[in-house]
Amino acid sequence: MDAPLAAGPGAARAPAGQAGAAARPPLVALEGVDKAYGREPPVLHGLALEVRRGDFLSLLGPSGCGKSTVLRLIADLIRPGRGRIRWADPAAAASLGVVFQDPTLMPWATVADNVWLPLRLRGLSRRTAAPDVAEALAAVGLGGRAAAFPRELSGGMRMRVAIARALVTRPQLILMDEPFAALDEITRFRLNDDLLELRARIGCTVVFVTHSVFESVFLSDRIAVMAARPGRIFGELAVPAPYPRTAAFRASPVYADWCRVASATLAAAMEQGSDDG
Amino acid sequence: MTAEPIRASSRPQPEDAAGRDRLRLGRLARTGRWLLPAAVLAAAVGLWHWAVTAYDIPHYILPGPLVVATTLIDEFPSLALNWWMTVKVSAVALALAVVAGVGLAVLFTRSRWLEMSLLPYMVVLQVTPIIAIAPLIFIYIDDHVARVLFCAWIVSFFPILSNTVLGLRSADERLRDLMTIYRASGWQRLRHLELPAALPYFLGGLRIAGGLSLIGAVVAEFTMGSGGRAAGLAFRILEASYRMQTPKMFAALLLIVLTGVTIHLAIGLLAHLLLRRWHESALGTEV
Ligand SMILES: Nc1ncnc2c1ncn2[C@@H]1O[C@H](COP(=O)(O)OP(=O)(O)O)[C@@H](O)[C@H]1O
Ligand SMILES: [Mg+2]
Repeated sequence: MDAPLAAGPGAARAPAGQAGAAARPPLVALEGVDKAYGREPPVLHGLALEVRRGDFLSLLGPSGCGKSTVLRLIADLIRPGRGRIRWADPAAAASLGVVFQDPTLMPWATVADNVWLPLRLRGLSRRTAAPDVAEALAAVGLGGRAAAFPRELSGGMRMRVAIARALVTRPQLILMDEPFAALDEITRFRLNDDLLELRARIGCTVVFVTHSVFESVFLSDRIAVMAARPGRIFGELAVPAPYPRTAAFRASPVYADWCRVASATLAAAMEQGSDDG
Repeated sequence: MTAEPIRASSRPQPEDAAGRDRLRLGRLARTGRWLLPAAVLAAAVGLWHWAVTAYDIPHYILPGPLVVATTLIDEFPSLALNWWMTVKVSAVALALAVVAGVGLAVLFTRSRWLEMSLLPYMVVLQVTPIIAIAPLIFIYIDDHVARVLFCAWIVSFFPILSNTVLGLRSADERLRDLMTIYRASGWQRLRHLELPAALPYFLGGLRIAGGLSLIGAVVAEFTMGSGGRAAGLAFRILEASYRMQTPKMFAALLLIVLTGVTIHLAIGLLAHLLLRRWHESALGTEV
């Protein structure tokens, strides 16, 4: 094949900036993980993935390839059939932030009470938790809507509440499962910008699942491309463009280049996936 | 997806004719909600009055609405005590049904085994006509009030149990995952997720149970009725029927109906107050 593919999985180890990401200490690693649901053929097979401290790692892959399953394994919602998930710091495992594709807010609780939930489950009273809740809401730009109920908010605002809820415990690692997939493009771009700005401020590690090449390139410094049936890591890309990345980055030729590389890698992964299936 | 807030703070003012028509229809529907039943009631009472006078029907067969009304006013001091008894028994039975129904529903969701063992018998209890077991209750329970209370409790218990079980299971799967991730205890899950999620279902069950508790109390008294201080309204209806005091029967019946309607409206108001900020069923309803 020609240039873009050659620059894909093979060249991923080369570009500058990758060295920085590689030097980061590991946070959690999936080692030789197999996962099957019931008697179905395995969803994941021999999956190896290392998340390092400070990564913004995107899992990019076609729908149904097992991206959500990987996140559910990391969150300990399901156990692997074979292989293991090794945490460098058990404390990080105990305080995860998670954002699902749907905001999954409690409809009966106000915005502030939804964000309070993780702290409340740790035994913090509303009063004790109030400063943290207010800070998390302010961080996502919803300081003024604390008393609103979820159904009074737009889809984008609900997602912001879900992000505030994930942030409120100051987790070391945040897992995000296609959080913006259901939003319109303009809202998605804004939330992408805001997410990067937010992360620059709090500096946590993020594992971000998406099936959008553009989103993964814009947001992450590492992209793990998955192939399907069985799900596995097909290749890794580094996106060495420095942060902060703003709307200007989206218009830059570098961005377009990396999108092309990521697209080609994804296409190759999908081809191989369908060969096997 | 990113539409404006679903409940805008001010009434929308559509520019187009179709929008205006829709608004007018909405307003019409809201007025119609009480105006139409009121019109039907007025027509029925008018027809009733006309039939009784036109055909000269004697009071002991069918008293006219005016006679019923004056009888109700005249007899109210004597009926009030029995009425209060019926209200009390229905309310206590309903309260006990809530405690038992919700309590058992929570136990069922904790233990599948318990549910599998007991639920079939709950269904048996539900499908057995209360009238058919009343004679047995008469044998095994001595106290008159306890008998009536027990019957009213039995019939109102099941809708609360089954609706609450359904509601507790209806909690969002992702929110359950979130509880797992945050390592919530069983009690925290129940308190912060399952019970609030079950609330609309529970209130639906309560609406049904509220009517049934009154029916249960009345039926119990018809089948096992006894006079004296503990007698309820049903007993007064029986008593009046033996004496051919038809207007008094109607007056007591009217009190029972009013009580039932009040229970229904009160539970509706409660549901509205509890759910209006968040649940679809309560949006746009005005009590
Ligand atoms: N709870 C489950 N039971 C059975 N099969 C499942 C379950 N969850 C996911 N799967 C299957 O596993 C595969 C991968 O699912 P998922 O991890 O959700 O993929 P993705 O997030 O990449 O779209 C899909 O084929 C899906 O049908
Ligand atoms: Mg998924």
